[in-house]
Amino acid sequence: MFETVKYEVKNGVAWITLNRPDKLNAFTEQVNKEVQQSIKQASRDMEVRCLVITGEGRAFCSGQDLEGVNENMDHGQVLRKFYNPMVMELDKCEKPVVAAVNGVAAGAGMSLALACDFRLLSEKASFIEAFIHVGLVPDAGNLYFLPKLIGHARSMELAVLGEKISAQEAKEHGLATKVIPLEQWHDEVSVFAERLAKMPTAAIGLIKKNLKASWESTLEESLERDAQGQRIAGLTLDHKEGVKAFMEKRKPVFQGK
Amino acid sequence: MSKTYEYIEVSKQDQLGLIALNRPKVLNAINRPMVSEILDAMESFETDIGVRAIVLSGKGRAFAAGADIDEMANDNAIDFELRNQFKDWDRLAMIKKPIIGAVQGFALGGGFELALCCDLLYSADDAEFGFPEVNLGVMPGAGGTQRLTKLAGKTKAMEWLFTGKRISAREALHHGIVNQLISKELLMEETMKAAEQIANQAPISIRLIKEAILKAVDTPLNEGMEFERKNFYLLFSTDDQKEGMQAFIEKRKPHFKGK
Repeated sequence: MFETVKYEVKNGVAWITLNRPDKLNAFTEQVNKEVQQSIKQASRDMEVRCLVITGEGRAFCSGQDLEGVNENMDHGQVLRKFYNPMVMELDKCEKPVVAAVNGVAAGAGMSLALACDFRLLSEKASFIEAFIHVGLVPDAGNLYFLPKLIGHARSMELAVLGEKISAQEAKEHGLATKVIPLEQWHDEVSVFAERLAKMPTAAIGLIKKNLKASWESTLEESLERDAQGQRIAGLTLDHKEGVKAFMEKRKPVFQGK
Repeated sequence: MSKTYEYIEVSKQDQLGLIALNRPKVLNAINRPMVSEILDAMESFETDIGVRAIVLSGKGRAFAAGADIDEMANDNAIDFELRNQFKDWDRLAMIKKPIIGAVQGFALGGGFELALCCDLLYSADDAEFGFPEVNLGVMPGAGGTQRLTKLAGKTKAMEWLFTGKRISAREALHHGIVNQLISKELLMEETMKAAEQIANQAPISIRLIKEAILKAVDTPLNEGMEFERKNFYLLFSTDDQKEGMQAFIEKRKPHFKGK
């Protein structure tokens, strides 16, 4: 159904794999669109309760494919038309999204990983704010997410100096949930994603919404949002199941409803 | 309700009159008979002493995604003039009871104009508003250029109406178009709470307050002040004023009868 992206649903997890390994999964207009469409599809599919975005081959995503860049290109328009809708689709998604960063995440590839809710890093993974090396600025939400994740000062260092950081360094910065050894990579990512897919999905969506909104809210607005979120969560079957399981001293079975 | 309607669903709940646009398959696109039905239902509630506030909402994914384009695509100017269809809209604006709107999904074009006829608007936090008429080579005809400008000012009205671009719920809140943003799951629940709260106030107070505020929108201040004063005096001829002040002195809750 997609040409540049592999899309599979398994055990409640939608696997979205950038699939141009010979190009290090670089972004083209088509990749942008297909990632956007696959996120949309996973968001709508009731069976899906967690999304994983990863790359085929040795790279996660090397950023914009420079083959498509020429002197006449309006960089701003490319972002508005192709990258920004992709990031907005990700932002709209109410299910947990995991970036499984299997290799290098450079430029807009790093932006894509930053826009996800969790980042699992292979020990071979690395991040690089490559933009500055071609005289450009980090885009596709990069400078929105980065300081929120790791603070202003470190963001400035990464974005301006453009040095490659290893998986371990990324973990120390707070950019990774976990660094995973190569031999356990696939299993651990699956276990993590499937664990998320068995959790109370509606509550996760509300946590995402309220956490994101906290950046631009007063305490009073946040407290009201807590009240609304809790009212909604309080009506879910998963909440009832959670309380019931607690009383019965057993593990809850959540259906994401 | 004894009447049956084709395009809307009408019911009563305690002291509230409820009207829900009911063409969910076409995102509640507004056609002429729908507006007539809304007006008819509102006028029935207006004379029903059991109803103290009216709640207007849309069934399905959207409040109303616009007017029924097929209905007017082949009309000419004289058809409009002779049909004088907007008189129904003018009469909507004359309803004296408070109208509380709940908007989810889209309120576009005629749907946005209908939302702007409400006195209070509660919006789902992911709702979108807009006047896309310009993209079809026309413009709003049921108050859009006037009411939006009076709410949000000329600067933003020009931008929104020239471009037809969508207004997010957040922007709508920022520019005073809606009162509050609510999670879509709770929109009706919270709107009903707000409406009940208003329905429990002294009805004649609410009525005269609405009248005075609407007066403020297009009268000079000194005239508005005179108008307000007369309404203020008038309330001292109600039983509810006596009950309200007595309850305050006795430190108890007032019980208003609407007299």
